[in-house]
Amino acid sequence: MTAPFRLTDSTLRDGSHAVAHQYTLAQVTDIVAGLDAAGVPVIEVSHGDGLGGSSFSYGFSGTDEMKLIAAAVATARQARIACLLLPGIGTAEDLKAIHDVGVSVARVATHCTEADIAEQHIGMARRLGMEAVGFLMMSHMLTPEELLAQARLMQDFGADTVYCVDSAGALTVPQATDRITALVQGLHIGVGMHAHENLSLSVAISLAALEAGATHIDGCTAGAGAGAGNCPTETLVTVCQKMGIDTGIEALALMDVAEEIVRPALRRPQIVDRAALTLGLAGVYGSFMLHAERAAERYGVSQAEIILELGRRKAVGGQEDMIIDVALELAARKAEQEAAPAQPVGADR
Amino acid sequence: MTVRCAIIGSGNIGTDLMIKLRRSAALDLVALIGIDAASDGLARAGALGIDAPHSGIDWVREHAAEIDLVFDATSAYVHVRNAGVLAELGIAAIDLTPAARGPKVVPTVNLDEHLGAPNVNMITCGGQATVPIVAAVSRAATVPYAEMVSTVASRSAGPGTRQNIDEFTRTTARALEEIGGAAIGKAIIVLNPADPPILMRNTVFCALPDGSDHDAVLASIEQMVADVARYVPGYRLKNRPVIEEGPFGTPGGAVPHRVVVLLEVAGAGDYLPTYAGNLDIMTAAAVRVGEAKAGHLAGLAAA
Repeated sequence: MTAPFRLTDSTLRDGSHAVAHQYTLAQVTDIVAGLDAAGVPVIEVSHGDGLGGSSFSYGFSGTDEMKLIAAAVATARQARIACLLLPGIGTAEDLKAIHDVGVSVARVATHCTEADIAEQHIGMARRLGMEAVGFLMMSHMLTPEELLAQARLMQDFGADTVYCVDSAGALTVPQATDRITALVQGLHIGVGMHAHENLSLSVAISLAALEAGATHIDGCTAGAGAGAGNCPTETLVTVCQKMGIDTGIEALALMDVAEEIVRPALRRPQIVDRAALTLGLAGVYGSFMLHAERAAERYGVSQAEIILELGRRKAVGGQEDMIIDVALELAARKAEQEAAPAQPVGADR
Repeated sequence: MTVRCAIIGSGNIGTDLMIKLRRSAALDLVALIGIDAASDGLARAGALGIDAPHSGIDWVREHAAEIDLVFDATSAYVHVRNAGVLAELGIAAIDLTPAARGPKVVPTVNLDEHLGAPNVNMITCGGQATVPIVAAVSRAATVPYAEMVSTVASRSAGPGTRQNIDEFTRTTARALEEIGGAAIGKAIIVLNPADPPILMRNTVFCALPDGSDHDAVLASIEQMVADVARYVPGYRLKNRPVIEEGPFGTPGGAVPHRVVVLLEVAGAGDYLPTYAGNLDIMTAAAVRVGEAKAGHLAGLAAA
């Protein structure tokens, strides 16, 4: 029996936000070996912000991503290796480089309203003979109809699949269903769902997406990832097993990878804490969370305030530099309030 | 003498440039040349009494004797072709696409170096906004690595920019190195669809090695912002530049500090509304270069 959907595990891409892009060669090799043996069909590897993401803005990679990608390709026996690319950060040249080391799936991500900047890159992926996946980030910001219009552009550019990406973990289950339904009905290519855990809904949303006709689902082992993390791969596979949905993946083997390899590598527990919930509430890009935490510490302001303000300013993925801007403004406002002449005690007497 | 010039490309940049060139005493705008007879830019040119043909570079070929200088505001791919034609005709070119066939020019940094070059390149909008800052840091300290992030309103990014997004990052990154003086440069561009549209934002990060004089770096940046604002009035610091403590493991080596410069560019509102500072910084810089070239050509004519 064929699997009714294809699972892409992004522990080594989206999950790298949780380790500030510091995965080691040994960790990559161990995780790919474990996922591959468990039967995961696609494994994504790259900087958390995609190829070329290593920067002041998004954090420098501990190990050159090309070395990690090459190690993943060399380790995988059945799984295909995928990479993410955000036009504006990475370039079509990066796609040639990953193709040369044996990557066969190129995922091209844009903000959900900007699909037309992906034409060069989806085209390049196709010319290189790679599978091309379109990735519409922050999909909560568009109506299902608007999202479909952008997905159609990616379909026209040659994408094999288009994902609804809930980068802020801000969608509710019915909202996700509406978006997937619109994409499934309006496209003739595959449709995928990439969910986050900020509102504790990632597994529920992934299941709802499957019910609505999605054929591709993303997860991260141990739920590693930006914000509260991604849809935990081992949980999704376990639930699918109980529901009789064949994934072709061994749940127990995945639990071992999560417990013994991924969780020990994480620097902090993936939980729905205040910061994560404010992301989901305000609809803020998940990878802003740890940057906001560092800026809050550096400038003595509140992380939650930074996140809420970024939501008010409608910041999109990639605008991590705006976090410093907001933190400086909050700090200046705070200093002003503190400098306001305090009423001397008893002065009115 | 006034220098006779034409603009090729009737999109956002070409049309904004037309409005600015009409205010220049040294440059006489002969034509705005497009390829789409129905374009808004050509209609505006016609209304202003400026020749507005839609036969592209062919028009320049036919009127070569009447033109001294061409501003090319098409796209990187088209400019590669146009550059050859203009060279053949002996017409000087100021290239506003990221094609970068000739030397890259930033008015506050290297304007005088390339006045005689037949083809000069204006880099990118983000390059015009951020290369001066990197150059300012470089004249006060060693910069092993510099990075810029430009965020522009979706509505101000026309089809040329969207199809050329890789050229933007590549050309800007090289300019951070070649003109900014950084050993390694990196450029990132983000489009933001917020409505009402955001002003163009630019952030510059420079790695500061041990022993850098932070006060000198900050003073040099403030001076440079004032110099750029002389020809781009909406160019300003969004917040004071800050020195942040690392360590940071940059591709140029580990450094103890970085300087972060947050800039904002409000447009003059000539063609698109004020949010499109990315148009203004490009066209204002091109006018500045055009006027300097006009002075140079006049000097040659007089000699």
